[in-house]
Amino acid sequence: MTASYSFNDHTFDVVVVGAGGAGLRATLGCVERGLKTANITKVFPTRSHTVAAQGGVAASLGNMGPDDWRWHMYDTVKGSDWLGDQDAIEYLCRHAPDAVYELEHFGVPFSRTEDGKIYQRPFGGMTTNFGEGIAQRTCAAADRTGHAMLHTLYGQSVRHNAEFFIEYFAIDLIMDNGKCVGVVALDMATGELHRFRSSIVILATGGYGRAFFSATSAHTCTGDGNAMVLRAGLPLQDMEFVQFHPTGIYGAGCLITEGARGEGGYVVNSAGERFMERYAPSAKDLASRDVVSRAMTIEIREGRGVGPNKDHIYLHLDHLDPKILHERLPGISESARIFAGVDVTKEPIPVLPTVHYNMGGIPTNYHGEVLTLKDGNPDTVVPGLMAIGEAACVSVHGANRLGSNSLIDLVVFGRAAGIRAAELLKDKAKPELPKDAGENSIARLDHFRNAKGNTPTAALRLKMQRAMQEDVAVFRTGETLRQGKQRIADVFSEIPDIRVSDRSLIWNSDLIETLEFDNLIVQAIATVEGAVGREESRGAHAREDFPNRDDEKWMKHTLCWVDTKTGAPSVDYRPVHAYTLSDEIEYIKPKARVY
Amino acid sequence: MVQLSLPKNSVPTEGKTFKAEGAKRVKRFRIYRWSPDDSQNPRIDTYEVDLDKCGPMVLDALIKIKNEIDQTLTFRRSCREGICGSCAMNIDGANTLACTKGIDEIGGDVKIYPLPHMPVVKDLVPDLTNFYAQHAYVQPWLQTKGEEPKKEWTQSPADREKLDGLYECILCACCSTSCPSYWWNGDRYLGPAALLQAYRWLADSRDQQTNERLDRLEDPFKLYRCHTIMNCAKACPKGLNPAKAIAEIKQMMVDRA
Repeated sequence: MTASYSFNDHTFDVVVVGAGGAGLRATLGCVERGLKTANITKVFPTRSHTVAAQGGVAASLGNMGPDDWRWHMYDTVKGSDWLGDQDAIEYLCRHAPDAVYELEHFGVPFSRTEDGKIYQRPFGGMTTNFGEGIAQRTCAAADRTGHAMLHTLYGQSVRHNAEFFIEYFAIDLIMDNGKCVGVVALDMATGELHRFRSSIVILATGGYGRAFFSATSAHTCTGDGNAMVLRAGLPLQDMEFVQFHPTGIYGAGCLITEGARGEGGYVVNSAGERFMERYAPSAKDLASRDVVSRAMTIEIREGRGVGPNKDHIYLHLDHLDPKILHERLPGISESARIFAGVDVTKEPIPVLPTVHYNMGGIPTNYHGEVLTLKDGNPDTVVPGLMAIGEAACVSVHGANRLGSNSLIDLVVFGRAAGIRAAELLKDKAKPELPKDAGENSIARLDHFRNAKGNTPTAALRLKMQRAMQEDVAVFRTGETLRQGKQRIADVFSEIPDIRVSDRSLIWNSDLIETLEFDNLIVQAIATVEGAVGREESRGAHAREDFPNRDDEKWMKHTLCWVDTKTGAPSVDYRPVHAYTLSDEIEYIKPKARVY
Repeated sequence: MVQLSLPKNSVPTEGKTFKAEGAKRVKRFRIYRWSPDDSQNPRIDTYEVDLDKCGPMVLDALIKIKNEIDQTLTFRRSCREGICGSCAMNIDGANTLACTKGIDEIGGDVKIYPLPHMPVVKDLVPDLTNFYAQHAYVQPWLQTKGEEPKKEWTQSPADREKLDGLYECILCACCSTSCPSYWWNGDRYLGPAALLQAYRWLADSRDQQTNERLDRLEDPFKLYRCHTIMNCAKACPKGLNPAKAIAEIKQMMVDRA
């Protein structure tokens, strides 16, 4: 069966998979350092989901008032509900300002202050002086910051003649005795298989929001790198932590930036009450996303939702100066008009907490090197493999990411990965490929391409998405999670009955969607498994049967392996790094998290 | 000789019809299909969609068709909120994004074709290689001279405002592929999208390569094949005006002469 396929072989120093913000920044760094670098991406770079990021990128520039990277660090640690690794968080916050200046020098069209500096807006959980005041730390290009960044980073890649393999779908890593030595990809336009031998593979494949029914994430957010890591026999970390963004447009699920509340917007219930004042008396609408999403869910549950079915909440911007809306929030004004039929200068936007971001992912250190637990060492580096961006779990976001900390994560760790790759590759010979390199990819591809069952991929995907949406929601209980686990296991058991109708090798999106579903389902398994196991509430993981954070038992990262043949998960743990990178800031000790 | 009739193998034939049994509110989607796998002519397949069980946008219908009726239907899509530019196609005779085009904006059957005058890879997927190369040609990155500041380059709000209506381009190619001049001379005329991008950098107060940038555009084809037909501005799903940007570049050429 496999004889009809053959490989086009390539050799590179570094192969980056994914061309969003992190992937492009890493590609640039590697090219700049003279490394022969390939970037493999399943969509043209400017179509990557970074393009949809709106509100901004966090860095303590201090353009709007006093700021300090230590305050940013404190906020990030608190936002993470103390699950973040503080050495990595220090690295992020320290390097954030330089990363933003670099973006500006690249050409990002940031909005400006009157004196010509980068404009910064307030965002949830971002404070001054260790929680005292509200910080204006989030650097913005109107409400199209991700778009501005991604297009600029793509322009820089063009400038540096980076070598792209566009609309190539990465199928699997090539592993050799625990070491990563390359990756196999399918050229979607021709159906040809390509085998990339490389000293380092950097996964920048983003999150897996599409495991859920309603997500702000693009259709392409299927966490392909995460699943490749699981198939390589490596664990994913903290997958139970899924961020619900408070303000997805009701129905469509499209994002309305937190910057809307940063600019003065607020949410109300059916009584017209600004209920966030009850849940977060000091930060109110600018509390952390997990806090606001829970508050909204409680309001709806207790019968104070809006609309005919009382099943959503209103976000008001109509009290703001139309000039401000036009200047700072033009993109979401357009989205609200198109997807909710709302004129934001006159009416509120119907919103609902919507799956938005995966704090969990591929465990790495702050250099971007992938880690695993081996022989009792929880920080064992997997040679040849790195991960960055939403795909990675460094972990800087811990149990809950702060808004605008994702875009900064992309560029800080994208840059770090390039630096580390260059260090690692000094005088290093290229690895040889094992004899059977890529055979598993051919088998997987051929299997699905000829799948002749009775269930179209879309039907199975929908079952998975509904189960995740209903049972792994904002609030969870042991009972719903166990039910979800069973439902996801049932979906997994139906995979042998899958049907792919398109037999072509040319732009076979039926096949690609099937490979993506096969990637999603194993991540769904890891997500539910982590959530069933974690008997506490921390950040985005809110267990009604265990409503409190339990630092004694659960101040640790969940590691989850999935046997991708049987769908059986297994769990172990890694300690949270309870130390910082330098002596310029002390370890921030856990305390109650109040906004 | 200029060929004024379509080559025989490009004439679309009538394809299959997929009925929506039992549906009350039916909309017919007539969609261009072509695959390089066989030597068949392109065909127009007809899909009946039950609007009571479908989202409001054309992309919702395409996804419903792919999920539930015909898995072989092939098109690009990603963000579904009008920012990634993947799902650009010709809908009801005009280029636009399927994800932001409401089905209810269209009377009668919904006719969907790939972006015009581009090589077709399969169904609604065009080959945009040349389009991307033209974007790269305008050097879409900030070019400055001398030493960079330690912090940001400063830019007044008024100067920053000059980028509004330019930087928002999503490279969907709706404009370029709606331009008759681009249809004729797409190999040598850069087209509205690339030229809007060119002006985005010319208009940036931080950029210091104005002359060199203009030099790259100064020949009979790259810039001057714009005949202000204005299809670009009409097509742009983001409400941008590439024709105006092109006029600004022409003005800059005059001013420096």
